[in-house]
Amino acid sequence: MAQATRKKPTSKAADPIVSARITAQSHFRTLRFGTPFQPRIDALAKTQDWYNWAGYRAPYSLWDEELEYFAIRSQAALFDISPMTKYRVEGPGAEAFLDRVTLRDVTKLKPGRVHYTAWCDDEGFVLDDGTLFRLSPTRFRLCSQERHLPWLLDSAIGFEVTVEEETEAVAGLALQGPTSFAVLRDAGFIGIEKLKAFDLAEFEHDGATLTISRTGFTGDLGYELFFSADQALSLWDRLMTAGEPRGIRAIGYTALNRARLEAGLIVANADFTTAEHAIRADRLRMPDEIGLGFMVDAEKDHFNGRRAILEARARRKLRHVLVGLEIEGNIPAEHAIVYCKKSQEVGLVSAAMWSPMAKRNIAIASLARPYGDTMVEDLWVEIYAMRELQYQKLMKRAKVVQRPFIKLDRRTANPPADF
Amino acid sequence: MKAWDAIIIGGGHNGLVNACYLQRAGLDVLVVEKNDWVGGAATSRELTPGFLYSNCSYVCSLFRPEIMRDLELPRFGLQVISYEGGAVFTRDGDYLANYRDHDAHRREFARFSRRDAEAYDRYARDVTRQCRFIQPLLMRTAPDPTSFRPRDIGELLYLGKKFAGLSAEEMALTLRFWTISISDFLDEYFETDVIKANFALSGIIGTALGPMSPGTAYVLLHHYMGEVDGSVGAWGYARGGMGAVTRALTASFKASGGTIRTGAEVDHVLVGRGKAKGVVLAGGEEIYGKLVVSNADVKRTFLKLVEEKELPDIFLRRVKNFKIRGSSGKVNIALDSLPEFPALPKDSPVYRGDMHFTDSMERMERAYDDWKAGRWSADPFLDMVIPTTLDPTMAPSGKHFMSCFVQYAPPKVSGRDWTDADRDGFAESVIAQIAEYSPGFRDRIVHMEVRTPREIEAEVGLSEGNIFQGELTFDQLLFNRPVPGYAQYRSPVGGLYMCGSSTHPGGGVMGAPGRNAAAEILRDLAKSTSHMSPAHDVI
Repeated sequence: MAQATRKKPTSKAADPIVSARITAQSHFRTLRFGTPFQPRIDALAKTQDWYNWAGYRAPYSLWDEELEYFAIRSQAALFDISPMTKYRVEGPGAEAFLDRVTLRDVTKLKPGRVHYTAWCDDEGFVLDDGTLFRLSPTRFRLCSQERHLPWLLDSAIGFEVTVEEETEAVAGLALQGPTSFAVLRDAGFIGIEKLKAFDLAEFEHDGATLTISRTGFTGDLGYELFFSADQALSLWDRLMTAGEPRGIRAIGYTALNRARLEAGLIVANADFTTAEHAIRADRLRMPDEIGLGFMVDAEKDHFNGRRAILEARARRKLRHVLVGLEIEGNIPAEHAIVYCKKSQEVGLVSAAMWSPMAKRNIAIASLARPYGDTMVEDLWVEIYAMRELQYQKLMKRAKVVQRPFIKLDRRTANPPADF
Repeated sequence: MKAWDAIIIGGGHNGLVNACYLQRAGLDVLVVEKNDWVGGAATSRELTPGFLYSNCSYVCSLFRPEIMRDLELPRFGLQVISYEGGAVFTRDGDYLANYRDHDAHRREFARFSRRDAEAYDRYARDVTRQCRFIQPLLMRTAPDPTSFRPRDIGELLYLGKKFAGLSAEEMALTLRFWTISISDFLDEYFETDVIKANFALSGIIGTALGPMSPGTAYVLLHHYMGEVDGSVGAWGYARGGMGAVTRALTASFKASGGTIRTGAEVDHVLVGRGKAKGVVLAGGEEIYGKLVVSNADVKRTFLKLVEEKELPDIFLRRVKNFKIRGSSGKVNIALDSLPEFPALPKDSPVYRGDMHFTDSMERMERAYDDWKAGRWSADPFLDMVIPTTLDPTMAPSGKHFMSCFVQYAPPKVSGRDWTDADRDGFAESVIAQIAEYSPGFRDRIVHMEVRTPREIEAEVGLSEGNIFQGELTFDQLLFNRPVPGYAQYRSPVGGLYMCGSSTHPGGGVMGAPGRNAAAEILRDLAKSTSHMSPAHDVI
């Protein structure tokens, strides 16, 4: 009876892999990690208004969400994007691999350029959207909202490429706003004026390399900086010191979220549900159904979801459309139901605000086709505005309009203006 | 002589749920229980002074909230304390924990594999989708596909419509899920052995199958369908031990006027002209009832309590062939102090959750190999909890009660009955395993209760010690549970009903079989079921 030999558990081993794993156990004591900038952000966090961004303690606001928004539009705003998921994709097959995974034609993305893209599962449903940075002919960085390592590794089979998750190792900052160029120039980043929109280049900080791209999530003039996490604080200080005369301020997500809405940009799992998180099968969305159809390059070779997307287009099986709405009045229509002829329910608003820049009441909504697609007349939104424990029910006319809701020449002006 | 409106054989949680609903419908109900206490497999017993033992079932999750509400169980004292997670200890001196926080969970998995850490969301999505499909079926009587009654056709259509509502990909997944092994299922998501072992355990608990046996993926689902106060998939401890569940049911039953007789073992069901008329107790006493409901498993009910001549041949053969194989045992331990696990940081929430030592699929399957050979596992799979870390009412201050669910233990040892020496050997395999990870463990033991399938069958009344009153394999689910044609809680004997876990939707401290059986009985009596909440919507 019970004769099989039992293997004894070993004591905490000398094996370096095991001891590294054991050292990492302590994470359970801190559910929300700090980013590499946390000491600086904590010092500025007068509102102590935090949220959970992918396991990090991130600020909704730092001192005044209204004024933080205006820092983006009138001065320069510094926003910590370190919690964003980042993958390093490297190897002779990196270009072909990414061309196969993502919707856009990666062969057209030159080294030193960035593009906004998305990727789908085999059924053509959007897994996520994100930005792809081409750091060299054979080296890329893919930034996204959700995590996709199994998907990326499975897709990499047959390609000469390595994929590594580098979220914790790489710190990121977004510097956005009209004076952002001047701040970087004054901070001594020589040659920053050469960057056109969606360009990236390498610069030096403290003897190490950092990447600056002229990109952002605000529709404004702005830059994003990526560098090693252990240099984070000195870089923050360099920017804040140089930016002081130009009104640089650190901001939280609420302000950024307003700016992105004015810019007409969508947020995964806010404006659409990503395929790997959709419990309900009818929540899945193809690129054409969330306004990303322009990315789909039908001319290039096979990419994930290609067959399904092209078939849905040919058979007219696309059931939803994501649109920008301009709504009469000035009451934000957040999560309002969209009606046709004030009676038939045709969709839902996913984000809405009164736009200080456009001086309009704007929204992003998902509608059931043909509404919002070929039928755009007689659309209404029903707003339930809670005012001192009473709903003020408003039925307001909505007009489908082009995104972005605001277009700022300074975003793309070359050379960037010295505000 | 008094004839009760209904006599319930067995005061387990399903018998009590059934009794509560019938009593509240205005029936005069008697529960007869062979033990001197009620509770069946959901008991808290003071086996040594000061220590309450949850000596059979030990955690709570599956109990349907609709039933708790209808029977006012919170009012009658039931409190469920959910725990934060658990862990599998690894043989290299580490552990893999499960944490409730999504990001902590990911970081924990990333210690072993970054890839698997990021695979969890898709796994959770797919399992959640399957749970959402099955959950509404728990509180409905399964349709009889051979019947042309409008109600059965309606229920079949409901099932068909739910299935048709799935996408082609989901349909394929559903069919696979209900038939494949948990090992094959996990291979589609994860590559790290300990991570797979961590999930696979839910696929084997209570089942005489190994992780590589087809059908075990469904068993995992069965364990995931629970909730604690709306937190789906959460598990918790009943304050005061699992007996708190049946204690609250008893109080609810008595408050509505019900009667319980303990120490009253039923010898057989009185049958006349094909109809149940009451029960005869072991002492010969006859108790008459207009109908009889058996909470005992289907084998015990029809092979021991009803004479063979009263039953159709095919029914009898199917009952005999119903798979109710014992696969597990329990070792319940009173400890004079909290055991230490050097691998686990002292402030880890894992002490308050479920702990395991089987860190590979291979080990789990090898443990099953022993069962097939008629032996208890030399290197058993343990589901170990120390509920006193969250519930101080179960042990004196500073002391602890530990429950070890142990798998595998065969119903017979090499074809013969268990002996006391076997039982001691079985206990030693468990203690030896714990002691390997917890030095000094043996010295903390104050008292120990060891239950092999022999003890579980003799003391609780579960045939072969099977905790689910029958395997949860697809051939024994829905309209095939317990046997085709008799899946609607009725039996070939008029007025004799079944309400135990042998019936749809199966085992675990869920209460749904007892409730569904009550609904069918009241339907036969043309009585209102307005006091029974329908299943909560899954939206």
